Amino acid sequence: MAMMDYLTTRKDELVGWVRKFSLFPYPFVTACCGMEFMAVSSTLYDTDRFGAALPRFSPRQADLLMVVGTVNHKQAQVIRKVYEQMCEPKWVMAFGACATSGGFYRNYAVVQGVDKIIPVDIYVPGCPPRPESVIDAIMMLQDRIARDRHPILPFEQHAPDGTSSA
Amino acid sequence: MTPVDERIITALEGRFTRAADSFGTLLLEIERERLLEVVARLRHEFGFALFLDVTAVDRPGRTPRFDVVYHFLSPAERKRVRLTLGVSADDPTVPTLTGVYGAARFMEREAHEMYGIRFTDNDDLRPILLYEGFTGHPLRKDYAIDREQPTVPYRK
Repeated sequence: MAMMDYLTTRKDELVGWVRKFSLFPYPFVTACCGMEFMAVSSTLYDTDRFGAALPRFSPRQADLLMVVGTVNHKQAQVIRKVYEQMCEPKWVMAFGACATSGGFYRNYAVVQGVDKIIPVDIYVPGCPPRPESVIDAIMMLQDRIARDRHPILPFEQHAPDGTSSA
Repeated sequence: MTPVDERIITALEGRFTRAADSFGTLLLEIERERLLEVVARLRHEFGFALFLDVTAVDRPGRTPRFDVVYHFLSPAERKRVRLTLGVSADDPTVPTLTGVYGAARFMEREAHEMYGIRFTDNDDLRPILLYEGFTGHPLRKDYAIDREQPTVPYRK
């Protein structure tokens, strides 16, 4: 009998382990932070190492919404719709000072943080953030996913906000 | 003052209230009634083929309150000209330049939504950068700096 015919684990740990290394980011890039996003996702810093490599340019195929840059009121309805089009489970990263808090823009045009419109899971400070901060944020998000509950079985009921009530 | 400046000033003598040199740009202060004539002559006699910008400056407490500012470029003369004209807050109207420069159509829309300057005879003064339902003119000094007009309801 081979040694590893079966193993025992907790379902949430197994699903979390699978999910955390299979993040599909949707980059909602609106401003100069996009340059930093390109740097961090390409060869030198290489988010592929963390299983968060392949940007999906359709929200329906993505599970990590990266809001990269300034969000103004005219775009707010667009980003809201993009978020609603993503399937569960989904996470949101506010990338940079503007997406986090409006940054240095305090005026008629700019939303003071994308969390006024959609729930945000992780904030990356910086103007623009250093690639290390982004990688740190991805790893923190992965830790969170690994610790989360993952209600995927039929008897686990889904509450309206997507969290499990089972 | 370059020879081009002198030629323009001589040709337009009496049609402006003040002429000055501003870092190589010829500055002409004019009256609203002279605007169309001066602009048409700049374009046809001096080759100011490029209409660069129209915007406004809000000076609260001054009479008239607004300056409407135009910039033109003559590629032939390699020369820029700035026209300014004062308009009051009670009657912030200026004749449109769409008859002389087609590009004025969009730029006047922007000056209209940001400062509330009305360009008579520009038949399309819909907002161009702002969204539908936005009230007020955000670049006026009396528009509160933190006044927001959200398009989607905020959470919580």
